[in-house]
Amino acid sequence: MDKETLIAQLKEIVKPYAKNEEGLLNINENTDFVNDLKINSANLVDVILDVEEQFNIVIDNESMERMLDVRSAMEIIEAKLAAK
Amino acid sequence: MTIQEILQKLPFAPPFLFVDGLDHIDSEKVQGHFTFRQDMDCYKGHFKGYPITPGVLLTEVMAQTGLVCLGIYLLGDEVLEGNMTFGLTSTEIEFLRPVFPGEKVTVYAEKVYFRFGKLKCRVTLKNEAAEDVCSGTIAGMIITKPHE
Repeated sequence: MDKETLIAQLKEIVKPYAKNEEGLLNINENTDFVNDLKINSANLVDVILDVEEQFNIVIDNESMERMLDVRSAMEIIEAKLAAK
Repeated sequence: MTIQEILQKLPFAPPFLFVDGLDHIDSEKVQGHFTFRQDMDCYKGHFKGYPITPGVLLTEVMAQTGLVCLGIYLLGDEVLEGNMTFGLTSTEIEFLRPVFPGEKVTVYAEKVYFRFGKLKCRVTLKNEAAEDVCSGTIAGMIITKPHE
């Protein structure tokens, strides 16, 4: 899967939880879920559960704690998909 | 964990304890009840001359049973550190019928998920006639106490 496709999929996932529309419009690898998109920490859990469902992967606690921005989310998703 | 142990672990005390007892609990669901006493302070002002239980208190009944009691049960022997507590994170509730002073309500809560310290439940509150009073989805999570 290329990066643009993955970012586009992540954008759809975070959309319902992102409070900053401008940040969502400009989403890129450097986008931080909390600082740039204003997603609250309780909704970060929902983002991760939606990622699990969308990609059919299981995110462990350690990965969950790292998944705070688009870049690390992409890394984790790609690693989990590769390990399947 | 027994129901008695769960009740003893509740972090609430009167006048803000809104659980009288639990009728059932397992890892998927919980059922509990509470009776709104006629002499509760809220009825003096909600509303003037026409006492009705405020929706926030109905929500609190559902949260204390559906999130906190079930949360304590799901955590089991895991002990929360002193600076951690339960925080309400979201509610989406429809209110269908009024609850008058003296009425007993029963909470039915069903776990949607419990992951990464966050518990989300579908909840319904019923009156003694088994009519739905309010229902919806609530979520809470284990958080660090903000002012410690």
